[in-house]
Amino acid sequence: MRAVDAVMECLKAEGVDVVFGLPGGANLPTYDAFYDAGIRHVLVRHEAGGGHAAEGYAKATGKVGVAFATSGPGATNVVTPIADAMMDSVPVVFFTGQVRTDLLGTDGFQEADTIGITMPIVKHSFMIQHPLELPRAIHEAFHIARTGRPGPVLIDIPVDLSRADIPYEPASDVSLPGYQPTIEGNQKQIRQAAKALAAAKRPVIYAGGGVINANAAAQLTEFATTDRFPVTCTLMGLGGFPGTHPQWLGMLGMHGTRTANYAMDAADLIVAVGARFDDRITGKLSEFAQHAKFIHIDVDPAEISKNVAAHIPIVGDARHILEKLIVEYRALEADSSRLGDWWKQIDAWRAEYPLRYDDSSDSEIKPQYMVEAIYAATGGDAVIVSDVGQHQMWTAQYYHFDNPRQWINSGGLGTMGFGLPAAMGAQVGRPDAVVCAISGDGSIQMNIQELATCAENKIPVKVFIMNNGYLGMVRQWQELFWDHRYSHVDMGEFPDFVKLAEAYGATGLRFTDKNTLVDDIRAAIATPGPVVVDVRVTREENTYPMIAPGAAARDMVG
Amino acid sequence: MGEPGTKELLSLEELDAAVGLRTGRKHVLSILVENKSGVLTRIAGLFARRGFNIETLTVGPTEDEQIARITLTVDGALHPIDQVTKQLHKLINVLKIRDLEPAATVTRQLALFKIAAEGTARSELLEFCEVFRGHVVDVTKRSVVIEITGAEEKIEAFAQVARPYGLIEMMRTGEIAMGRGRGET
Ligand SMILES: Cc1ncc(C[n+]2csc(CCOP(=O)(O)OP(=O)(O)O)c2C)c(N)n1
Ligand SMILES: [Mg+2]
Repeated sequence: MRAVDAVMECLKAEGVDVVFGLPGGANLPTYDAFYDAGIRHVLVRHEAGGGHAAEGYAKATGKVGVAFATSGPGATNVVTPIADAMMDSVPVVFFTGQVRTDLLGTDGFQEADTIGITMPIVKHSFMIQHPLELPRAIHEAFHIARTGRPGPVLIDIPVDLSRADIPYEPASDVSLPGYQPTIEGNQKQIRQAAKALAAAKRPVIYAGGGVINANAAAQLTEFATTDRFPVTCTLMGLGGFPGTHPQWLGMLGMHGTRTANYAMDAADLIVAVGARFDDRITGKLSEFAQHAKFIHIDVDPAEISKNVAAHIPIVGDARHILEKLIVEYRALEADSSRLGDWWKQIDAWRAEYPLRYDDSSDSEIKPQYMVEAIYAATGGDAVIVSDVGQHQMWTAQYYHFDNPRQWINSGGLGTMGFGLPAAMGAQVGRPDAVVCAISGDGSIQMNIQELATCAENKIPVKVFIMNNGYLGMVRQWQELFWDHRYSHVDMGEFPDFVKLAEAYGATGLRFTDKNTLVDDIRAAIATPGPVVVDVRVTREENTYPMIAPGAAARDMVG
Repeated sequence: MGEPGTKELLSLEELDAAVGLRTGRKHVLSILVENKSGVLTRIAGLFARRGFNIETLTVGPTEDEQIARITLTVDGALHPIDQVTKQLHKLINVLKIRDLEPAATVTRQLALFKIAAEGTARSELLEFCEVFRGHVVDVTKRSVVIEITGAEEKIEAFAQVARPYGLIEMMRTGEIAMGRGRGET
């Protein structure tokens, strides 16, 4: 059998039903195999779109996403999605074509050292040197991508090897002696953690994207409600705990709620679950949560005590650990009333510092209101995919995510251009869900070509562009920290997004009136096929509250 | 948004202060890896990413041909290495890492010295060579080549001694290191 047909068999054995990609010379044989392999292939308009689509698919479904690109420029075009998947621990397998083995290292046509370029931004990569290595490499790649702390894995296949005739035997075993992620947490540590919790007077659960990756949202809620533990999530963790739950404090970090950040600041015990104490969370590290002891649950031992020293580290899968922690904690029959004062304090913060903004007195649409309107129009039920900037933060603040995998965004890398292709991938993975992309007038233009992919393939994503005519987040920093010197952030008036949408075969709409906005959004969502809505919002609105860069969390402004 | 969020000028001293915890000692990392192409690059890349300088490096086969050993030394006085060792563990091809305690470790380097040592100086030098238990591995009228094996300090001591005799060039291998006692390194 041709090696490329073996690749198809491996994909099927891994349960792959859809891939995203774009062909070229170095993966022509692979594309010939796609011709009748019976695997859905979505032809994207740019390989970066394909990579982000595979990420969106993975984040929305929990399955491994797959992207294909040719050698050289095809491969360098997926560098951004690879880095993005690495930062946000997204399981994606990238297949890149490579020049013939006899041309390797000679600057052959469309040669790039893909393995070298991507080495620091992959969980692992395979440079195929013999066609017989392919099946095993593919199975190992999927195994590595999806287990432990998930991440991107790259397989680089020289074109001559992909044309080889090989005997294909399904490889079932993986042999990775250097890779044995810890799953079960240490029972003694878990018991210690339960005891510390039972003694804590001001505990906070701080959950991150690891909870989503570990499919541990139900366990997190159960754990939090074994007692009245207050919960906050990172930008990546939203949906890991219901955003409408009475124990929910809101998101924490740079644009989190005051309540969440103040609670962290005053806590005596912080339980970090699948979170990594990023600088966007801690603010000034030396003043972060100074009164707290830390229980740190993470599948990646390198995260333990990386930024903040853990008193009780527990390495393993969040779901397993939380299940055991629930049992251990219940057995202690801790006295719930000890948390009474803590909740009094939290409720006082909530009353004094709710998320707020000044609404317009006329028909002008405030960006925050736009998100509230989308929340109302979708009943809080849509899969929401955002791009990067102010609109991302407002969406995180004002759309109350009740379920995991309902909120998809680029957190660690902050990749503008992520939104539309990721929404497309999410919609492919969940054809029955309402998938809305909330983007900015800047971000949307970084992968807008994927509208054609959506139109051609009838992928009915609803794109809401929060159009403030600015690279808004940068403008905000220039306003606040650089004396209003607006340097190269005004986007002007082009393009006309309505016409552009129509040219791409999507429905184009423009909303400018807040009074009809909820109904207008409902109508847009009910419109079949892809829809792009240019929502004109207040031009100079700031995202608040905010921990100024380098400041302590308790010194939030706005 | 990337930093900086403030337009304050940053002094060079402030930049210097912003580095992590250092152990203050030399670290000998003994790393067992799968014997595959690209592994050394992955390891070196983790150090490069943090701007760490690898002082010595030795790669060689082990008794198992599927497995190679990389021994490298880094200065813990200059670099906070704890995070790097954790990251090294995450590399799929890395099987085992030991951060060897200097006191519980035998280390060896090999060095070659090419020295002019003409005339009467030569017999004096050869006496030193004897004291250091070195070997003369090449002799011409105008030069001798001496081989010295030993721990880093011994090699440095011999370099001191040799210099006045007209040191032409010196070459040193990286360090290999083995834990003392019965246990495997
Ligand atoms: C690829 C990329 N380039 C630059 C940035 C820096 N950046 C962060 S937010 C932002 C502005 C985004 O503008 P827009 O999409 O209109 O969103 P807004 O902030 O206006 O809501 C920029 C340029 C980035 N995050 N990603
Ligand atoms: Mg904008």
